[in-house]
Amino acid sequence: DQVFHIVPETFQQVQHLQHLCSTLPLDLWKPQLPEDIRVGKDLHIRVPAPVVQEVKDNLDHHTISYKVLIPDVQELVDQSIPNERRSHSQVSEGYSYTQYHPMEEIYQWMTQIQKSNSELVTQHYLGKTIENRTMYYLQISQPSDKAKKIIWMDCGIHAREWISPAFCQWFVKEILQNYKSDPKISRFLQNLDLYVLPVLNIDGYIYSWEKDRLWRKNRSPHMNGTCYGTDLNRNFNSSWGSIGVSYNCSSEIFCGSGPESEPETRAVAQFIERKKGDILCYLTIHSYGQYILTPYGFTSKPPSNSEELIHVAEKAAAALMGKYGTSYKVGSTSSILYSNSGSSRDWAHMIGIPFSYTFELRDNGTHGFVLPVDQIQPTCEETM
Amino acid sequence: AAMELQPSHGLANRVATLAAGYLCYRRGSPGRGLVLRSLRRARRQDIDDVGHKYYLELVLEDVLDKDSTVNCTAEVLYHLGSKNLAPDVQFTLEGELKNTDEADNVFYNRIRSLEKELVAENIPDSHGNVSPEMEPIRRLAWVASGYIIWQNSTENTKFHLAQIKRVKQVKRSDEYLEFDYMILLHEMVSQEIIPWQMTVLWHPQHGVQVTQDSRQPKHTSG
Repeated sequence: DQVFHIVPETFQQVQHLQHLCSTLPLDLWKPQLPEDIRVGKDLHIRVPAPVVQEVKDNLDHHTISYKVLIPDVQELVDQSIPNERRSHSQVSEGYSYTQYHPMEEIYQWMTQIQKSNSELVTQHYLGKTIENRTMYYLQISQPSDKAKKIIWMDCGIHAREWISPAFCQWFVKEILQNYKSDPKISRFLQNLDLYVLPVLNIDGYIYSWEKDRLWRKNRSPHMNGTCYGTDLNRNFNSSWGSIGVSYNCSSEIFCGSGPESEPETRAVAQFIERKKGDILCYLTIHSYGQYILTPYGFTSKPPSNSEELIHVAEKAAAALMGKYGTSYKVGSTSSILYSNSGSSRDWAHMIGIPFSYTFELRDNGTHGFVLPVDQIQPTCEETM
Repeated sequence: AAMELQPSHGLANRVATLAAGYLCYRRGSPGRGLVLRSLRRARRQDIDDVGHKYYLELVLEDVLDKDSTVNCTAEVLYHLGSKNLAPDVQFTLEGELKNTDEADNVFYNRIRSLEKELVAENIPDSHGNVSPEMEPIRRLAWVASGYIIWQNSTENTKFHLAQIKRVKQVKRSDEYLEFDYMILLHEMVSQEIIPWQMTVLWHPQHGVQVTQDSRQPKHTSG
């Protein structure tokens, strides 16, 4: 199929083109209707392959000049299909990593991922949410006789930050698709285990799909069911309730009735506490703002390994920028963002996990939480 | 004496966001949306009995064309004590902004020739989609929200337009276009989503005006 560009020069030409449109299976792209064809106005028309020659001959015969705008429509279509659909994927046939998925589909994806990659991936129970939904994490672990350190990553602690769970899924897919062929990834897995929690705040995430796109907190009821939700990232036992929070349930930064009052918080905290001796790095993924944040939020006093933390983060930001030019700011939450207490990242560092970071993904505020789907791929690629 | 601030600093960025919002309001149109790309430099001066003054060097980008940037210097004065006085903002743009007359006029004529008043909801939708016909409507809201942000910001707030909940065109007998918007603003420090109603007037030669606005009560969901 080809697309022709024609600028009719006379009214007779206009009439002739309109006639062609009614007698041949031509697809008008611009204008939309034959009756809108005008002298001097751009005409874009898709000509199906079987009649290309006939149309060319016809136009030549009527001295109507044309340019071939697109010589092969199919080729253009093929090029626009995202990579992971084209290449073979033993990860998850047909699962689109450039779309946002509801929780049901993410549950199915986790099961499928484990099934298709059982030599590397196991799905584990973490706990239950306040609405009694099951929290699972994926363990990506290459069989080995040596004990390995752990990197933990959680996504979706705040319901409206949809790009975050999308990134966790993308991350898992990338690792599984490339661990055999990419020397960096394969060396990584020889020495480290990856634990990924794709959606921490499951109830909130579902609520943001079904009722309120901009919901942030979990769905725990307060005040006899007249008010809902604790900010899970203010609910951890890191100077809980001291600064940057509200004690009022109606606030978006309500810290809950006490540290770890929420089952989701407890599920994560208990697991990390148990494994803390082996966890090298704690990552928690949020949006938006384009930041790599280091401890702490509740005090401006820097953590003991501040220099190293910042150094690694700056390298990460530079690598990220190298992909699409996206600039990320690096620093402690209290200095470059605002003060807050009870964050998971601060707590992880306080119990001894040396490398603890919050990522705030794209964008800078133009779209904010409602990041368009066409930014999923570049965001995930650069963050990778 | 002005004190140098780190460009990555939270406070400096809140001031920059305010300045960008004001600038966008003054210079924006349905064909031109401007957003803060980065803060190059920030200085602060505390003036006794007056308030806090900030000197900023900003880079703005065109929402339609990420590669099109413009440098800008701005001075922002937050008045001491008074919660009801909007900050004073003055700015200078380096160079020219891209001419958007054609896009503005196409939009203007399109809306003027509609048979029924335009009505729309949820821009963007949950997945971030905005139809091409709604892009100028969204940019207009972005520009007008710059006014709201300017009028309601302090050194401890950082606002962004999160979503347009509803927009309704209001018929007028003169040449202006009028839209009644219900928008959702996201405030970064409190993380609150604040509904705000605003009446927006626009004409290609007369710029954007917010003639009336009111903060709405938060929708408490059960």
